[in-house]
Amino acid sequence: MNEKGPIIELEHVKVAYQDLLVLDDVSLTVPAGSFLAIIGPNGAGKTTLLQVILGLVRPASGRVRIFGKVPAELDGERRRIGYVPQILSVDVNFPVSVREVVLMGRYGRMGLFRRPTRGDYRAAKEAMERVGVVDLADRPIRRLSGGERQRVFLARALANEPDLLLLDEPTTGVDTASSEGLYELLRVLHASGITMLVVSHDVGVVASYVEGVVCINRRLVAHGRPAEVLGSDALSKMYGCDAMFFHHGRVPHLVVERDQ
Amino acid sequence: MIELLSYPFMQRALLAGTLIGIACAVIGTYVVLKGLSFIGAGIAHASFGGVALGFLLNVNPVLTAVVFCLGTAWGIGLVARKGHVKEDTAVGVFFASTMAFGILVIGLMHGYNVDLFGYLFGSIVAVSRSDVWMILGLSAAVLFLVWVFFKELLFVTFDAEMAAVTGVPAGRIYFLLISLMAITVVLSIKVVGIVLVSALLVTPAAAAYQMTENFRRMMALAVLIGVCSSVGGLLLSWKLDTAPGATIVLVSTLIFFLAASVSPRRRGLRHGD
Repeated sequence: MNEKGPIIELEHVKVAYQDLLVLDDVSLTVPAGSFLAIIGPNGAGKTTLLQVILGLVRPASGRVRIFGKVPAELDGERRRIGYVPQILSVDVNFPVSVREVVLMGRYGRMGLFRRPTRGDYRAAKEAMERVGVVDLADRPIRRLSGGERQRVFLARALANEPDLLLLDEPTTGVDTASSEGLYELLRVLHASGITMLVVSHDVGVVASYVEGVVCINRRLVAHGRPAEVLGSDALSKMYGCDAMFFHHGRVPHLVVERDQ
Repeated sequence: MIELLSYPFMQRALLAGTLIGIACAVIGTYVVLKGLSFIGAGIAHASFGGVALGFLLNVNPVLTAVVFCLGTAWGIGLVARKGHVKEDTAVGVFFASTMAFGILVIGLMHGYNVDLFGYLFGSIVAVSRSDVWMILGLSAAVLFLVWVFFKELLFVTFDAEMAAVTGVPAGRIYFLLISLMAITVVLSIKVVGIVLVSALLVTPAAAAYQMTENFRRMMALAVLIGVCSSVGGLLLSWKLDTAPGATIVLVSTLIFFLAASVSPRRRGLRHGD
């Protein structure tokens, strides 16, 4: 999708749950074709930021435009946003198969009173092929490993043929080998033209795949290329402790020294 | 046993029991998977207030119970979704207040009401011809709506947030689901009784959950178990002269424990965690 303007525009966004300020004065512009990581400590408002973009949380103040529209007014554009929520947010014992989960990604665009068509099944199958879970199509989701399950949720988002993909901690509960495989896959998907926004706390792994890093800790702490952001003192500002970032072989490492 | 089936009241009770078994099992599948059993219990107890009001005003108690249960379901749903109060707290408040209202209303009536006792614990003989039509109409409506919104109900039960993100009207589907629960509770109270109806909503589906990892199969098994419990429980209650609601629930509980003891879920350990 060749988009002229930015896909996501946030200006001075503020979110509060009752008295608790979750996001404060966050401004962020994401051009089409970006591959960004959003990093920050626990409780920094990373998930909330995604929920603002998705229109699930309405900011107390500030301006939000997704594909040039207010999130609540998205209709046809809604299907252009793919979302991979935190794995912990769903019941993994739910009696559904991989195919059923992936097909759910298309329920919204099918509309009410409609059954899946051959085209919907084809899109689901293609999505499963893209992430390499087509062999698992008939398996109940509770019989998947963490890495496989994450790919299934990625396939569900892809089944809707999105132009923008938001991922919330995609490597939680996934072993190191699988999580590198997952990032490789995200890189391939990005190369095919999908704008990517990945929330993560594993700074080291994510930095070697993305083009830009956004550090938030309620406020936007830093935003730039991985080497710039992670080389600056932004990390230590964000975590409130000394942090060091260095490259060791291909995978960069982050060392955090907490104050004693 | 054959002669038992020739009694018109027994035919009505069995037909009603079968319909209730089906409706409760279908809705119960969502209740079990989405963890709504406490809301179910809350709605069931709210029907007590509705039934009592019906007797006081001398209108059909089923009608007042429908109004009461829908109101309670929506009240719980609204309060919980606004997020000011936790869902189970909202249920706790409505649960007690609608019960209290019912008790208050009974106090205003003179003398002891045998019909009311039938509503509380279920009664085979209490199922009239018009009750059967009412149960048939309401359960058909419930099943039709489940059929129409099948994919949306599944998605919202599995992952409401993702459903909303992809453009499914998740909020309205949630209200549809709790409304269907309310209607199912009301259509069941004549046979099963107010006190035990929530068990029939949960137990057959919970037994089915132990036996399969496929959603549609779970629903089908729940229906089978629900109908067996209703019909078996009714026949047993006639034979043993026990309360039909209690007997039906105990039969379904027995099936639940049998299912749990042979459950593949206990044998098959998940890999990956």
